[in-house]
Amino acid sequence: MLNVDRLSLFYGKIQVLWDVSLTVAEKEMVAVIGSNASGKTSLLNTISGLLTPSSGTVEFLGRVLQKMPAYLIARLGISHIPEGGGLFPDMKVHENLELGAYIHAGEKGRKETIEWVYGIFPSLAARADRLAKTLSGGERQMLAIGRGLMSKPRLCMLDEPSYALSPLLVMEVFKAVRELRDRGTTILLVEQDIKRALEMADRAYLLENGHVVLEGPRDLFLQNDHVKKAYLGL
Amino acid sequence: MGILEGEKVTKFFGGLAAVYDVDFKIKEGEIVGLIGPNGAGKTTLFNLISGSLSTTGGEIRYQGKRISNLKPHQICKLGIARTFQSVKLFGNISVSDHVFLGSICGTTSKTKTADAQAKSAILLELVGLSARKSDLAKNLPLAEQKRLEVARALATGPRVLLLDEVMAGLTATEVNSFTTLIHQIRSGGTTILLVEHVMQAIMAICDRIIVLHHGVKLAEGLPQEIAKNQKVIEVYLGTDAYAER
Repeated sequence: MLNVDRLSLFYGKIQVLWDVSLTVAEKEMVAVIGSNASGKTSLLNTISGLLTPSSGTVEFLGRVLQKMPAYLIARLGISHIPEGGGLFPDMKVHENLELGAYIHAGEKGRKETIEWVYGIFPSLAARADRLAKTLSGGERQMLAIGRGLMSKPRLCMLDEPSYALSPLLVMEVFKAVRELRDRGTTILLVEQDIKRALEMADRAYLLENGHVVLEGPRDLFLQNDHVKKAYLGL
Repeated sequence: MGILEGEKVTKFFGGLAAVYDVDFKIKEGEIVGLIGPNGAGKTTLFNLISGSLSTTGGEIRYQGKRISNLKPHQICKLGIARTFQSVKLFGNISVSDHVFLGSICGTTSKTKTADAQAKSAILLELVGLSARKSDLAKNLPLAEQKRLEVARALATGPRVLLLDEVMAGLTATEVNSFTTLIHQIRSGGTTILLVEHVMQAIMAICDRIIVLHHGVKLAEGLPQEIAKNQKVIEVYLGTDAYAER
């Protein structure tokens, strides 16, 4: 479904991605793990068209993405839920959610989708009329995820969905991610909670300094000594 | 007497009690964790202690003296420094200059620039950012920006350090090295109050834990007691698995 081939990316003169290749099959859940500054977020930003690679290709459902503007990539069915939210602070919670369904404007079913999102995050429902900027850090994260789900994406790219959430909400969020996968959404997950990410994913990629240094099914990762020591703190 | 105490601390936003009647006492040299569900009032309490917000009621005392409703810079000069959950750095200023700014905060014109710079270098080494000292703050990834905030806060020479979710977004191995850093800071004589959701860290480093829920203190106690507290499990932890560590 998603095919990333030998992608390289520079910030000015600094190279942050080196020949990164990655595939995601339909209905698969793939995790990208790595320490901070390893290039995970840059990879997602390149796939969704926010950054332009210096070389390499990105294909989604047979369409070439790397020269397409981000809004068209979103219309193809890729939803990017960025780290830190990127919300509209002066708009209400439900308005932020409605904007998430913008590419389906005029279609039926939006109300059901909003109800589904409120079901996952009841505290958002209780704050539907509050401005996004008045939410606490964790509530903002919930809203960002909820907004990303509103477009009913075919491929959902989540950048650290557990960031700044309480242990209870982390469980809720991962439950929501699992439910999303069970509904047939393909998921590309970047997550610092590596243990939990590996427990859920079918396959994973390990990025170090912009290079893919390990890829394979999750069991390979859970048994790998380097992963255990450097990432799982074991 | 605690180094930092709160008595019936209350903050209303309109009709909403964000923090209500909260008592706390932090002893010198302690590491105290402040946990609770998202929206419980943890960051608001930090804002009240550091003077970013003024209290609606109650009193906050530092070394026995009332500090509630002093200005943030006055509180910082007295010896309470903080980091911010959503980082507040100067994007176009270099990493080393941030720490330098912290070092000269509250000092007199007689302070030597060279001294402040030397101090900054030591702190950057401590938080592991020496290699990035010339980079602009905006070019750091989030986790490194948070470490920079810790260095800047430490540069002011605080007796009490307030850390707001400095370990969010770190891998388990990175959390372990951060907890070591926090122990080092405490060994240097600084008292620490930290807001954190990373239970791996909270359980490992806190002497005591205070739990807030809907602005009210729900529980207070040793990490093992908190991990087994049914009310806390219900609203926050979701599981009793943390008690087994």
